[in-house]
Amino acid sequence: MLEVKGMDVYYGDLQALRGVSLTVGEGEVVSVIGSNGMGKSTTLKAISGLLHPRRGSIHYLGRDITRLSPSAIVELGISHVPEGRQVFPSLTVLENLQMGAQFPEPIRRGAQTMEQVFDYFPRLKERLEQKAGTLSGGEQQMLAIGRGLMSLPKLMMLDEPSLGLSPLLVETIFEIIHKISQQGTSLQIIEQNVHHALCISHRGYVLEDGAVALLGPSQELLSDPHVCKAYLGL
Amino acid sequence: MKRLYLLLGLLLLVLLLLPLVLDKYALGIFVMIFFYAYLGQSWNVLTGFTGHISLGHALYVGIGAYVSTFLAQKFGLSPWLGMLAGGVLATLVALSLGFLGFRFGLRGVYFVILTISCAEIARLVVSHIDAVGSFSGIFLDFKPGLANFQFRGNLPYYYISLGFMVLGSLAVHLLARSRTGRLMVAIREDEQAALALGVNTFKYSMTTIGISAFMTSLAGTFYANYVYYLSPNSMFGMGLSIDLILRPIIGGLGTVLGPIIGSFVLTPLSEVSRAYFAKGGLEGMHLVLYGVLAILVVLFMRQGILVYIKRALKPLLKLED
Repeated sequence: MLEVKGMDVYYGDLQALRGVSLTVGEGEVVSVIGSNGMGKSTTLKAISGLLHPRRGSIHYLGRDITRLSPSAIVELGISHVPEGRQVFPSLTVLENLQMGAQFPEPIRRGAQTMEQVFDYFPRLKERLEQKAGTLSGGEQQMLAIGRGLMSLPKLMMLDEPSLGLSPLLVETIFEIIHKISQQGTSLQIIEQNVHHALCISHRGYVLEDGAVALLGPSQELLSDPHVCKAYLGL
Repeated sequence: MKRLYLLLGLLLLVLLLLPLVLDKYALGIFVMIFFYAYLGQSWNVLTGFTGHISLGHALYVGIGAYVSTFLAQKFGLSPWLGMLAGGVLATLVALSLGFLGFRFGLRGVYFVILTISCAEIARLVVSHIDAVGSFSGIFLDFKPGLANFQFRGNLPYYYISLGFMVLGSLAVHLLARSRTGRLMVAIREDEQAALALGVNTFKYSMTTIGISAFMTSLAGTFYANYVYYLSPNSMFGMGLSIDLILRPIIGGLGTVLGPIIGSFVLTPLSEVSRAYFAKGGLEGMHLVLYGVLAILVVLFMRQGILVYIKRALKPLLKLED
């Protein structure tokens, strides 16, 4: 459903991505792994229209979305959960969730979607009237994911959902991400937590220095000597 | 919350009755309190709620003052109508400025410089147009009457400026509680995240700068007909741009009551100290006092005075947050 071809992205004169190509199929979970500064977040930002590639193309459901605005891309059904749980601290949990629904269809089905979000994250229902800034780190991450679901995405892109969370919470978050994928949403996950990401995904891409260094089914990557050495410390 | 509204209602009643016991000088101070509270509120919409910092809001005050005065002198148009014409022009100017800033992604200090430059350009342009008095400005003819927006004594100005403050604040209150208001806050707190959610941040930024400029320019017309004299420096100058942002900053940015409380604290202080220092031959000393106060608030009361007042009144008013 998503096809990125030969994408080059620059920050000014600095080239951040070199010919990145990747695909995400219907119902598939794909992880993009790599260490800091390798271009993982840049890849997501380019797909969601926050950055525009200098070369290459992005197609989604057969449509060229390379030059579309972020809001048009969200409307088409791609949701981007940004890194570092960027919730709006002075808005309440409820208001943050409502922010996720910007278009007629998601707004109309808002109440229903919200019930589903509470199914995944019962904790959010308890804190509905609380300001998002007063939530714990884990709860903020749950809120960020919940907010991302409010736009009724067909493809959800998660940027480092495990960043800065305790190991126990990481388990919980990944379990829920797995659940979300089983409901039929395609997922693209960016992670430094390579083991978890590969465990719940079908395929993986390894980004190094802004280019795809390795790709394959997650199981194969997990046993790949290079991945084991560089990312799993085995 | 109910008790807070009750208290505000009571305070409004007091303000409505206050002229019964005030002399002309005291009335004048209250006019300035309301005027600056309203100006601060207008600026607060753009900078306090949406987070785009404007240091050139005098631009819109100047447009409001000059347009209504020019139309009144040239065509005998009532300043009440001229005020709306000024509002429309100010909105158009603000939208062009906003387009440059928001479309081309000018953020932070670059946006600030854009706002300062536009105000300064307007000041210089107006300084060279003879039809509006160039450098020396315009003296308004005194023709008292409701249609002329001019009155004998301060009492009518008191009620008009009070009306501006109350209605302006009410409008901002309603805006802040609307869906648009929440989007404004979202843009202020994290524009990237808002964009990623599909929020059309450009559209909402344009909306707020338009509303803010329209409101600000109305105050310009009021001011012109209160002091009877316009000059490019006093109406478009940097001094006014700074003056009008101090109250919301000191009171509490991004809150509806902040600009009002800030004005009640700062305006009397400024007026009284101006008179006091001028008597002692220290003209301009009140500006130093201002500066010190602003620094102290920024250093020790980042969120403004309102937070402390709210905390103190919490048990009494049963406030939640």
